[in-house]
Parts: sequence; structure tokens; C-alpha cells
Amino acid sequence: MKIVIDQDRCIASGQCVSAVGEVFDQRDEDGVVVLLDPTPPADLAAAVRQAAAVCPARAIRVEE
Amino acid sequence: MTETVNPAEVPQFPGARAARCPFDPPPVLHALQEQGPLAKVKVWDGSTPWLVTRYEEQRALLADPRVSADVTRPGYPRSAPVASRNGSAISFILMDDPEHARLRRMVQAPFTVRRIETLRPAVQKIVDGLIDDMLAGPSPVDLVEAFALPVPSLVICELLGVPYADHEFFQDNSKILIRREADPEERAAAFAQLVGYLDDLVGQKLDHPGEDLLSRLAERIKAGELTRPEAARMGVLLLVAGHETTANMIALGTLALLEHPDQLDLLRRTDDPKLIAGAAEELLRYLNITHSGRRRVALEDIEIGGQVIRAGDGLILANDIGNRDPAAFPDPDRLDLRRDARRHVAFGFGVHQCLGQPLARMELQVAYGTLYRRVPTLRLATELERIPFKHDGQVYGVYELPVAW
Repeated sequence: MKIVIDQDRCIASGQCVSAVGEVFDQRDEDGVVVLLDPTPPADLAAAVRQAAAVCPARAIRVEE
Repeated sequence: MTETVNPAEVPQFPGARAARCPFDPPPVLHALQEQGPLAKVKVWDGSTPWLVTRYEEQRALLADPRVSADVTRPGYPRSAPVASRNGSAISFILMDDPEHARLRRMVQAPFTVRRIETLRPAVQKIVDGLIDDMLAGPSPVDLVEAFALPVPSLVICELLGVPYADHEFFQDNSKILIRREADPEERAAAFAQLVGYLDDLVGQKLDHPGEDLLSRLAERIKAGELTRPEAARMGVLLLVAGHETTANMIALGTLALLEHPDQLDLLRRTDDPKLIAGAAEELLRYLNITHSGRRRVALEDIEIGGQVIRAGDGLILANDIGNRDPAAFPDPDRLDLRRDARRHVAFGFGVHQCLGQPLARMELQVAYGTLYRRVPTLRLATELERIPFKHDGQVYGVYELPVAW
């Protein structure tokens, strides 16, 4: 699994951090998404897919 | 529950809830959703925007760049008449990018998940203190006044740098601002009062900055990145949205739980943060208090759900019925605190999705996770039929909730 984020689209809803804080974080200055781990381990895959699904700005792409 | 709709007639929106089902969306919404993902409805001014009732189509349209939230565009379906002297756009929720993004990004920092998490102990202290006071006082008591309203009001005041001592002033004006049937002049006056109040506060922060969000906005003004009227309007938005919505979720959520004792019992007996967080999501889905729908206007022709939305057509995305879509949530009309409700659209979807949602979630988790454990005998002190529901509110809830223990 490989994750690609689009910081320009991000609206800092924080949904991804709530879903899987091991993989996503937010910038201190404006809450925009930061990718902590672009190739997360398999046990986080379901949570990562959920993070992508709930992202309101569609700023997370998951390549399987 | 179900109701038939004559396809030849354009139904009125918003419709009335069924008298015995105060937690369910109006029956006409169920009927329309069964017929298809979108239908024309007639609104207060006689116009006939599209009503989008199904979950997938709502998410698709709310995330579609061909759909605008700009209240000043022709065709935008306003939820109520506006006074002639005031075209009051309450800041960035009624604007499109790039203006929307420019303003929203200025206030995103304090609402990050991790920053909000650092406030949890302070919110827990507020919640515990209010419960202490409640238990030490007379029973029955109005839970709205004693608990539901003060919790988010105290928190948002602290975050913004608004003196809580002024709470009656801003709570009263907020109530008018979000009442559907308020006289337009009265609503404009309430908005002007709030803008004036926030403008004064911003002025004070310009001279004596603190650590709060309004002081950050004052810094932006000094840096030439923001005008003072923009700052005041953003302050009004955050203050109003920051207390009314969560207060309604706490009070209405408590009532819903009291009416579903098996579900209430789950919360009474647990301190599991996962179960409590899941319960908050399910209550957000089930109650979806923003029952006036998200309002938009199409910028181009859009083909969706077997229909063609024309450029300039108004759109109302009824998230309350979207959250009851059986295609998205099995057995949707059942309150089930253990279901995975995380995908709900109670906070909207797309670039306008609620900015304060991490704060709202944390406040609800603390409130729901504490109140019923500390007051296990909590009960309704009147009949359900006597509860005054906010049928006339832009945001649903209860005006009063008499409880005893």
C-alpha cells in the first residue's frame, strides 16, 4: 500500500488523524495534512482506507 | 413512518416531523428518498430547488467543484428571507475558494485533532464541575441551562478569548440568528449586534493580545492579511457554531438515550474511550441536528442520479435523511451505539465540512462519557410530549429538557 496526499486540497478536517494517527498528522500552523508514513504496515491498511473514504476534500489517494 | 408522495405534486420543504417520532426526519423525506436520489421541492419563497436525499449523491455533489456555496449567486436556495439592509454572509461557510480557503486556513490551527486533544482535561474539569453544581442544586433542573449550553459555551469562549460573562448576550442573539421563522429584520439586528460585539473584542485584542484565536486574527489584521470586518464575521461564525450545535447534540442526545434505555445503559456502564467515541458518532448520525440541509447552487449542468441539474439550479442536500439511507447504513432508523457510523455526513462533506468537528467530537465524548456514569439515575422529569423541540430552528434540538435523578 502506498499513500499519496494533496496538501493543496486538504481542509484540515482532521478525519484522517482521528482514523489513523500513526500515518497522518496535521501541520501546527494551519492543520493541513502531513504524511508520517507513506507505506504503512498491513495491519493499518483498513484504517488507512477508511481515512481516505472519509476525507471530505478527497485529498488522500491509496494505491494498493 | 412511510408516507407516499404524489409525483405530480412538488412537496413542500422543510416538511413536518411525525408527532410521535421526534428523532426521525420528516416522513416526506423518507418517501422522497425511496423514490430516487433527488427530487424538486418547493421552499418558502415559492422556488423549486433540488432536494438531494441519498447518501452517495450528497457526498458526490458536496465534493463537486461545479457546485457553489456562494450565497450571493442567483439561484442559491436561502433557508429564510433576508433583510434588505443586510446581505449578511456569515463568513467563509457561504463563500467559494479561493476566498473560502484563504479565510478558513487562518483559523484551522487551533482545531487540529492533536491540539484539541490537549484541551480534553480542561473540558473534563468543566463537565465535572457542572455536574457537581447540578447534583448540589434542586431536582428537577433544565439540563439545557445547567449543562448542555454551558459546556460548549465555556469552551469556545476560552478558545476564542470571549468573556464567558457575556454568555447571555451572545446566546440570546445566536438563538435569533438561527431561528428559521425569525423576522428578517430581527435576525439582521441580532447579526449586527454580534458583529459589533466581536469587532469590539478584536479591537481589544489589537491593543492587548493574548493567547486566544481572536488575538491571532488581530495579528493577521496588523500584518495586512485580513480586514477587521472579516475578522469580526469569522468570530461570529466560530462563536455561534461553537456553542449552539454542540449544546443541541448534548441535550437532544441525552433525550434520545433516555428514550432508548438499553443504549443509555451501555454508556452508564463503560469508560471505554472507543465505545464512547463510537456512541458520539452514532448520535451525530442518528440525530443529525443540522436539519435544514446544506445549501448550494450548480455552476454547470450536472448529470447525476438519472437527472440533469441545470446551471443555476439550487440544491438542498438533506444530510438528516442522507444519514438514514439504508444503502449506507443498514437498519438506519435504529439507534445503535455499537455500529460503525464514522462515515456519516452530519458535519457535511466537501471543502465546507465542519471546521470545529474535532472539538465537537471531544466535547461530546466527554459529556456523554461522564454525565450518565456520574448520574446513573438521570430521568426525564416530564412527558416526551411536553418537550419543546426546535422544529423552527436552523439547527434541531430541544429548548428545554427537565430532568431529575
